[in-house]
Amino acid sequence: MNSLTQIKVGGSLSEVTLPPVSRLDLIKYAGASLDFNPIHTIDEEASKAGLPGVIAHGMWTMGNLAKLFTPYHEIGFMKDYQIRFSGMVFLGDVITLKAVLSEETENAFIFSVRAVNQKEKDVIKGKVVFAKH
Amino acid sequence: MFHDLIGSKSNKVKNFVEHGRVKQFAESIGDLHPIYVDEEYGRKSKYGRNIAPPTYPRVFDFGVLEQVKLPSKGLIHGEQRYIFKRPLFVGEEVYCYTELQNYYEKTGGNGLMGFVVIKRYGEDPEGNLIFTEEMTAIITEAVRKAMKV
Repeated sequence: MNSLTQIKVGGSLSEVTLPPVSRLDLIKYAGASLDFNPIHTIDEEASKAGLPGVIAHGMWTMGNLAKLFTPYHEIGFMKDYQIRFSGMVFLGDVITLKAVLSEETENAFIFSVRAVNQKEKDVIKGKVVFAKH
Repeated sequence: MFHDLIGSKSNKVKNFVEHGRVKQFAESIGDLHPIYVDEEYGRKSKYGRNIAPPTYPRVFDFGVLEQVKLPSKGLIHGEQRYIFKRPLFVGEEVYCYTELQNYYEKTGGNGLMGFVVIKRYGEDPEGNLIFTEEMTAIITEAVRKAMKV
């Protein structure tokens, strides 16, 4: 287990690999987030939008990625969390969440973060400024 | 097409960070950590209460930008950024509103693309900023044509 307090610049938090994305995952996120855009849940609507199948909400992936930092709530909080959506996530995809410490300042840990699919392609990529209390 | 509306703001809407909704949201992103859901754990934490996940503002009502008619289909979510002064607390009231922060166009391989930058704000009841959310959405040429503009 690579903990936030132990890693050095260039080191990583322990990766998390999610179970293959299921339709139920996306139905649950739609209900919890109130984002009912049907391209995330209904095949016919995804197909009408020119997609090969339903795709995960980008915010579902972004929400998942944030959990790498949840265990460290006594050390600090996510002050700045910015993400670029770079690839689509389909049903059955296996997503791995990653965070590499790029800089540590007096007040914050700065991470380069991304989520990749089973082909090692980035689906989201960005930066976290984890402010120390 | 939205150039003239840059800077327009929505009404402010009162939202409530409710325990059950936070639990449902945390579960949906596979992050049922006790800091979000266990009241006793929250009381003993640094915050003295439960907090909400950083992407939880997704569920808030940020009001309506009356004149900005974004397409209901075909928008591509390009970027998302949250900036927090502090985490959101379970049980608090948050006053939310939306601003059209920017609109610009670029011509690329897929024709003319429009970039809509929406900024959303969350304040405490005294008007102190808790967080902002910035979303960049992309309107492709195909969607622009469908909008008949």
